[in-house]
Amino acid sequence: MATDTLSPPPTAGPAITLVDVVKDFGGAGARDAAVVRGVNLAIGEGEFFSLLGPSGCGKTTTLRMIAGFEEPTSGQILLHGHDMVGVPANKRDINMVFQSYALFPHLSVADNVAFGLRRKRVPKDEIRDRVEKILHTVELADKADRRPRQLSGGQQQRVALARALVNRPRALLLDEPLGALDLKLRQAMQLELKRIQREVGITFIYVTHDQAEALTMSDRIAVMHRGLVEQVGPPQEVYERPATAFVAGFIGTSNLIGGRLAAAEAGTGVLDLGDGQRITVPLRGSHAAGEDVELTVRPEKITLTTEPTDTASRIRGTVREVVYLGTSTSYTVDTSTGAEMTVFQPNDGSACATPARGDIVWLSWATDHSYLLTTAPAAAATAADPVSLTSR
Amino acid sequence: MTRRRRRPGDALAPYLMILPGWLWLAAFFITPVIVMVSLSLQTGDFIDGFRQTFHFSTYADVVRTYHVQLVRSLTYGAIATVSCALIGYPVAYWIAFRAGRHKSVFLFLLLLPFFVSFVIRTQSWNVVLADHGVVLGPLKDIGLLSADFHLLATPYAVIGGLTYNFLPFMVLPVYVALERVDPKVIEASTDLYASRTQTFLRVVLPLSLPGVFAGVLLTFVPSCADYVNAGILGGPSTTMIGNIIQTEYFTNLDYPAASALSFVLMGALLLAVFTYARTLGTEKVLEAAAR
Ligand SMILES: Nc1ncnc2c1ncn2[C@@H]1O[C@H](COP(=O)(O)OP(=O)(O)OP(=O)(O)O)[C@@H](O)[C@H]1O
Ligand SMILES: [Mg+2]
Repeated sequence: MATDTLSPPPTAGPAITLVDVVKDFGGAGARDAAVVRGVNLAIGEGEFFSLLGPSGCGKTTTLRMIAGFEEPTSGQILLHGHDMVGVPANKRDINMVFQSYALFPHLSVADNVAFGLRRKRVPKDEIRDRVEKILHTVELADKADRRPRQLSGGQQQRVALARALVNRPRALLLDEPLGALDLKLRQAMQLELKRIQREVGITFIYVTHDQAEALTMSDRIAVMHRGLVEQVGPPQEVYERPATAFVAGFIGTSNLIGGRLAAAEAGTGVLDLGDGQRITVPLRGSHAAGEDVELTVRPEKITLTTEPTDTASRIRGTVREVVYLGTSTSYTVDTSTGAEMTVFQPNDGSACATPARGDIVWLSWATDHSYLLTTAPAAAATAADPVSLTSR
Repeated sequence: MTRRRRRPGDALAPYLMILPGWLWLAAFFITPVIVMVSLSLQTGDFIDGFRQTFHFSTYADVVRTYHVQLVRSLTYGAIATVSCALIGYPVAYWIAFRAGRHKSVFLFLLLLPFFVSFVIRTQSWNVVLADHGVVLGPLKDIGLLSADFHLLATPYAVIGGLTYNFLPFMVLPVYVALERVDPKVIEASTDLYASRTQTFLRVVLPLSLPGVFAGVLLTFVPSCADYVNAGILGGPSTTMIGNIIQTEYFTNLDYPAASALSFVLMGALLLAVFTYARTLGTEKVLEAAAR
C-alpha cells in the first residue's frame, strides 16, 4: 500500500481538490468503462503539480474538467473549498495553456495577452501596465505588435503563458505546453517555466507524458494510468519508491524480480526466487508469507561484482550487453531466474568490477533500496487517495 | 562541383507552366472584351451595318439615358447582398457549430435548389407570390390584405428573388470560414472570461470576416448584373441594367449601346468592389472588430 508513502501537500488548505471525479463520455455510467474512473487529488497552494501518464490515460480530460470545459459525470471539484461543478469556464478563476497554444490569430501579441483583462473590464491603464510587465517576464516585450504567426514555436508558447498568467488566476492549467517544441528548446523552456512559476507563485497543474519533464519540474507528481491515479508524491519518492509495477515501469528504467514471500516479519521478509536463491526484502505494507510479489530496484542502486558479496540482497546473472554511456556504463544482465536486469555503473573509478559480455556477475543492493510492488491495479486506486480526503 | 549549370530554358519554365492559363484567359476573356470594346465604339444600325467610328459619346448617351436603372441595379444588389449576409450568416453558423453529425445533410439541402434551373426556380416564386397565389390569395380572402395589394412587380419581389437565388453564395464561404475556426481558440476565449456573446463578437465573427468578405463579392457582383429576377418577378418600375442590356442587344439590336452599357456596369462594379475591398478588406478592420 502506498498510503504511508504520501506526503501531505506543502501548505495548509488545498487550492484545488478533486473528490472521486468520474468522467464517462458514453454516459452509460459504468465506472470501469469511463475515461476518468474516480480521481482524488489535493493540490496545494503555489504547488507545481504534474499529472503524468501514458497517452490516453485521461490527463487532458481531468484538466478540462478542472478548467470547466467538461462536467464530471460524478464527483466534486473544489477550488479553495468552493464547489466548481456547474460553474462555467468563463466564471472560473483558473486559466489554461493549451497544447496547441490556441492564440487568437487575428490579434497582436499584446492584444492576445490583454484579452482576459479586457473581458474582466480592468481599467485601460492597468491593462497596459500589466501586459507590458508580463511580456517583460516572458521576454517578449519587443514582439508586442507581432501577430502570432510571425513568432517561433517557443515564442508562441510564451505568449500563451503570458496570456494566462497576466490574469493572475488562482491556478494555471498547462496541457503538455512544451509538446510541440524540439528537445533543446523544451529543456530551456522547462527551466523558464519553473522560474516563472516561482516568480508568480501561482499553483501550476502540469500535464505531461514525459517522465523526465515531470521529475525535473514538479513539487509533486500524480502518476495516472487508465483513468486512475496510481501514486502521488514528490519526484524523488515516486522515482525511488514506486507504489505499483506500473509506476515503476513508467518512470525511469526499473528492474522487476518476481518471487514468493517465504517469510514475513515486521519490516523485513525473505523472497524466494524459485531457483533456490533467497534474498532479503523490505516490508512496508501488509504482506503475508506465501504471497506472490514483485520486487523493484533502480539500475543505479545496484552494484556489480565478479565475486559473490555477503549482502542479503543479491542475485546471480550473466552479462548479455555492455553499453558505454560516457558518465556511466549500462549492463544488461540475464539473471539465473530468467529475469532481465539493467545496471548502471558510474565511470568514476569507484566501480568494483568492469565485467565483459558473458561474465558471471553478482548484482547486489542495499535492502532499503528495493521495493515490493502491489500488483493488483484495483488496490492501487485506493492507494492514491490523499489521506486528508474522505470520499463517499 | 555538384552545382548544375542553369540551362537557358530554366528561367522560362514558370511562364511556360502558366501558359495554358494565359491561353484560356486570352480565348475566353481578353478576346471577347476586345471585341466588345470595338463594338461599343461603332456606329450604325443592324440593317445598314456598323462601322468603327470611335464615338465615345455612346457611353455618355447610355449613362444619361439609363442612369436610373444603373443606380437601381447597384441599390438592389447591395440590399440583396446585405439580406443574404443577414440571413446567410446565422444559417452558416448554425450548420458549422450546431448541426453536429448532420452538417453534410444541411449543406446538401442548401444546394438542392441548384439542381433546378435558375429560371424555373425564379418562375416558381412567380407562382408563390402571384396576386391570387398561395400566399396572398388566402390573406386577401380573409380580408387581412386589400384586394389590390400585390408583391409581384415591386422592388420587394425582385430583391427577394435576388436574395433567394444568391443566398448559397453567401452561406458557403461563410461556412467554410467558420469551419476553419479552431475550437480550441473558442475555448481559449471562454477560458479568458469571455461570455458566449463576447466570444462570438471578439473571436468567431472577426475570424469569419474573410468568408463574409468573399460572400459579399460573390453575391453582390452577380445580383447587380442579374436580369432574370427583375424580368420574371419585376415590372416596368423595377427594370435593372441587365434587362436594359438584354433588350438593347436582343430586341433593339443596338450592339454598340449594349456593349457600352456592359462596360459602364463593369466599371461601376469594379469601382464598388475596390472601394469595398479597400475599406473592409484589411486586417485593421478585423482587429478593430476584435477590440
Ligand atoms: N470528447 C470525448 N468523447 C469521447 N471520448 C473522449 C473524449 N475526449 C477524450 N476521450 C477519450 O478519453 C480517453 C482519455 O483521453 P485524454 O485526452 O484525457 O487522454 P490523455 O491522457 O490526455 O492522453 P494524451 O497524452 O494522448 O493527450 C481517450 O481514450 C479518448 O479517446
Ligand atoms: Mg492530452
